[in-house]
Amino acid sequence: MNAELDSLYQEIILDHYKNPHHAGLRDPYEAEVHHVNPTCGDEVTLRVHIAEGTVVDVSYDAVGCSISQASASVMTDLVIGKPVDEAMSVHEEFLTLMQGKGTVEPDEDVLEDGIAFAGVAKFPARVKCALLSWMAWKDATARSLEETR
Amino acid sequence: MTLPGLLPELEVIRKDFPILERTLAGGMPLVYLDSANTSQKPQCVIDAMVDHLERHNANVARAMHQLGAESSEAFENARDVVARFIGAPSRDEVIFTKNASEALNLVANTLAWATGDLAIGEGDEVVITEMEHHSNIVPWQLLTERKGATLRWFGLTESGELDLADIDSLITERTKVVSLTWVSNMLGTINPVKEIARRAHEVGAIVVVDASQAAPQLPVDVTEVDADVLVFTGHKVVGPTGIGVLWGKRSLLEQLPPFLGGGEMIETVRMERSTYAGIPHKFEAGTPPIVEAVGLGAALEYLAAIGLDNIHRHEQAITAYALDGLATIPGLRVLGPLDAARRGGAVAFEMDGVHPHDIAQVLDSRGVAVRAGHHCAKPAHARFGVQSSTRMSSYLYTTPAEIDALVEGLEHTRAYFKVG
Repeated sequence: MNAELDSLYQEIILDHYKNPHHAGLRDPYEAEVHHVNPTCGDEVTLRVHIAEGTVVDVSYDAVGCSISQASASVMTDLVIGKPVDEAMSVHEEFLTLMQGKGTVEPDEDVLEDGIAFAGVAKFPARVKCALLSWMAWKDATARSLEETR
Repeated sequence: MTLPGLLPELEVIRKDFPILERTLAGGMPLVYLDSANTSQKPQCVIDAMVDHLERHNANVARAMHQLGAESSEAFENARDVVARFIGAPSRDEVIFTKNASEALNLVANTLAWATGDLAIGEGDEVVITEMEHHSNIVPWQLLTERKGATLRWFGLTESGELDLADIDSLITERTKVVSLTWVSNMLGTINPVKEIARRAHEVGAIVVVDASQAAPQLPVDVTEVDADVLVFTGHKVVGPTGIGVLWGKRSLLEQLPPFLGGGEMIETVRMERSTYAGIPHKFEAGTPPIVEAVGLGAALEYLAAIGLDNIHRHEQAITAYALDGLATIPGLRVLGPLDAARRGGAVAFEMDGVHPHDIAQVLDSRGVAVRAGHHCAKPAHARFGVQSSTRMSSYLYTTPAEIDALVEGLEHTRAYFKVG
């Protein structure tokens, strides 16, 4: 009975949920955004610091379920330290996985711990949870690039 | 098992609701504890709607043929049933809307357009409460913003009841409207509507009662509760979606300007200007939700046959049993009154260490359907310092065994997330 549920709540997800990486809001940053999932009320405030085309830091304060919290944690692991272009393509890859309704085979070399979210794609109601912080990051990054242009 | 107050024919009643026989993924039987969100439908409602579509379908009030007459009769009969159900002094005071939200918006919008005594402007005040559903907050925010009036509200006590301590300074000569829910969809609180209506009427304010959660589980008498307007939605009273009810006192409805313009709401139309139909048709522009009205009529007759007093006793018995069961879960906090006699059948709670989404997901894997989120009551959640909650809500078909399944599911959820 719990096979479906276990595919959603992978150990990796629960680990990130209990011990989120890069949590908290930090300086410096060029852009800060606040995103909300209006259906459930989950919220994230997220800051991006970009220097010389590289994502130097992503910091956040998030309230939400295990999926949205773990996703924020994994996202920061994946994008911090990467050139913006490369980080954006990781974002695209994650988005494709989430929108694939469970049919997309994730690439562990690109998504690392993010592959644990493959099971989430089978639960349409939870896809938004997994994407909340990623969308906030994309928005903040775009604004940050505007700022520094 | 049985409890004092349960509907004696509970097993028979459950057989009236075909969906309750369903099994879900993994062969789990459905445990439906989301009736405050929408109720399930008995066979008689489904049959009435199918029969209407199969045998009597035609537009109403404008088809000069036999089917048109049958359809009009069925539609208008539903209005009679609604009028009886809420004790309306006149059937003409019953207006069909799309849902309770549209009914509330109709009142707020037509008040914004009203002139004379009803006009609202700077210096005037509208009073609501902190426990309202968003549909009874936002229309009043829009109204007061548009007219330069002021929105004020009753706060809540720690136990989740309206704080009436400052009622006399809140409802004053400046108050034009007092709009409040009878039963909270989040806290479950049953509000002293009559007491508040008395104060509102002393200062000449209009009293609007949102009975969306009350109509399913309490006997409703619009005169007894002393409302000027009372609204509820069809789908929470075992009827279909797509239909709501606005009841208003004749004198008020006649004074308010029309809401939507179109067919059926007119008396005559010339290119220069039109004159309008009398109530209720003045507020029912366009082809109405006909089969939905037929379904709603069947639903209210079904509830009336069982008896609202009996349904209320059943809800209280199940709610008390649920509160006892929830109290056994470590780290669980119920939001709202803990005395089943003072509340309705929606029970929202938090559980330490597990987010409501995750609770609902694990329960769903066991066939237990609850709601997780802010339940369209963000201010009420904010009042208690919580962002979202899990809500179980029972109805006339809920059994104690289903509450047991919920409590077992919550214990399992704690184990699954390794809490405690």
